[in-house]
Amino acid sequence: MSAVKDLVTIKGVKDGLIFILDEHCDYEDLIRELEYKLENSHQRLLSGAEIKVHIRTSNRIMSDKDKERICGIIGRSGNLIVASIDNEPVRKRKSGLKVHTGVVRSGQILEHDGDMMLLGDLNPGGIIRTSGSLFVMGALRGMAHAGKDGDTMAVIAASYMRPTQLRIADVVSRPPDEWDISDAQMEFAYLVDGVMKIDRISQFCHVRPDLFSS
Amino acid sequence: MTVGEAIVVTSGKGGVGKTTTSANVGTALALLGKKVCMVDTDIGLRNLDVVMGLENRIIYDLVDVAEGNCRLAQALIKDKRFDHLYLLPAAQTRDKDAVSPEKLKEMVDELKRDFDYVIIDCPAGIEQGFRNAVAGADQAIVVTTPENSAVRDADRIIGLLEKSDLRQPKLVINRIRPHMVKSGNMLDIDEICSILSIDLLGIVPDDENIIKGANSGEPTVMNPDTPASIAYRNIARRILGDTVPLMVLEDKPGLFKKIRKWFGLGK
Ligand SMILES: Nc1ncnc2c1ncn2[C@@H]1O[C@H](COP(=O)(O)OP(=O)(O)OP(=O)(O)O)[C@@H](O)[C@H]1O
Ligand SMILES: [Mg+2]
Repeated sequence: MSAVKDLVTIKGVKDGLIFILDEHCDYEDLIRELEYKLENSHQRLLSGAEIKVHIRTSNRIMSDKDKERICGIIGRSGNLIVASIDNEPVRKRKSGLKVHTGVVRSGQILEHDGDMMLLGDLNPGGIIRTSGSLFVMGALRGMAHAGKDGDTMAVIAASYMRPTQLRIADVVSRPPDEWDISDAQMEFAYLVDGVMKIDRISQFCHVRPDLFSS
Repeated sequence: MTVGEAIVVTSGKGGVGKTTTSANVGTALALLGKKVCMVDTDIGLRNLDVVMGLENRIIYDLVDVAEGNCRLAQALIKDKRFDHLYLLPAAQTRDKDAVSPEKLKEMVDELKRDFDYVIIDCPAGIEQGFRNAVAGADQAIVVTTPENSAVRDADRIIGLLEKSDLRQPKLVINRIRPHMVKSGNMLDIDEICSILSIDLLGIVPDDENIIKGANSGEPTVMNPDTPASIAYRNIARRILGDTVPLMVLEDKPGLFKKIRKWFGLGK
């Protein structure tokens, strides 16, 4: 192969592989290199257990078709599963809000792919994990993890924010040393440059203006 | 023919007052003229017989009934101080898995035909002993103390009860020390109720008469006017469906509202 920079770089991470796709080159060149790498140099990846693939394309502008084609090529190998594409993660989020009613008590775990609204409390010792955002219309006293598959745009909101621990993507935070929480206000947690922040819900539209716009 | 109601007394955490509550609520219901049978399901660590002062009269126990060594009626110990108070003791020398939930349910169903109330004293924990104890129950009383760890375990238990068919357990908060609540060194009743979000059946003060009573085999409720005695009598009346205001351990107007949500255990 030539000495030029790889258009497709594959890295192993804890829960699978990251495919970093060059953001400037010609799309067809990218596809060609991706197919080449999958068919030749990385054969050993393609046998064995399922592997999650996270695709990073940075700022390349791609249509849904372009993305589907890349997913298709990766999916062809059988054991590689595309778990996320960071290209426009906001619009990639699963549509539809799942509403759950009741108290999530100590020892109980609730998981959901997408966004979730809880009409009830999340108690200490209880856990909710979502791949999207989480909205608790009650007291959040337990452990909440939004963006569990790596979505750093996900948020966690609660009417009464007293968590044991909050996680967004792979950032872990816990009160009270790390942020101020007020009493009478609904609040939400979000990430800025990998650091968790808490703000009043009225700031939501400024912090995540595009999260729910279609 | 009407059948009685089986109420399991449970907590998750050990030592918070399940046996004390079973003995006193059972006795109080008997004092109010009900036919009551208490069932000790804490196999291997039985206590209820000691607290009731009936230990020396045990011949057969719950495991004997389960294994067919005797009939249910033969294992029941009558408390001679009352017209209709009985105890089905646990075995002391066996393990929790010596009986199955199905067997226990059979026994409880049989008892419900003869008694107004079957009070089931549950062991600590969430394993086999817990599953046995809740198997035949129609209602559940969850006991906690005003401590974080006890409340956490109560919450876990409530979750498990809700998964079985015991959908609306009632809460008893035991061992409250008014001066500690006032000074903010103890979890406050409102806070506990708000976390557990179930109806409050009653609060019981920390009272040394409980310990005296347990040692003399005479449940505190038999004593007319100790603080814990009044608390347990109130709980028994609420079980019968009366609206009884919460004890004035401290003047907290918010509490009265909560207790009014209490409509009695079924029936
Ligand atoms: N309100 C109270 N005031 C003072 N002492 C109490 C009170 N309630 C319970 N106790 C004491 O606490 C101890 C534990 O109570 P008890 O045996 O009823 O708990 P338990 O939940 O049944 O325990 P286990 O989990 O071991 O079965 C006993 O010594 C009892 O006398
Ligand atoms: Mg006990």
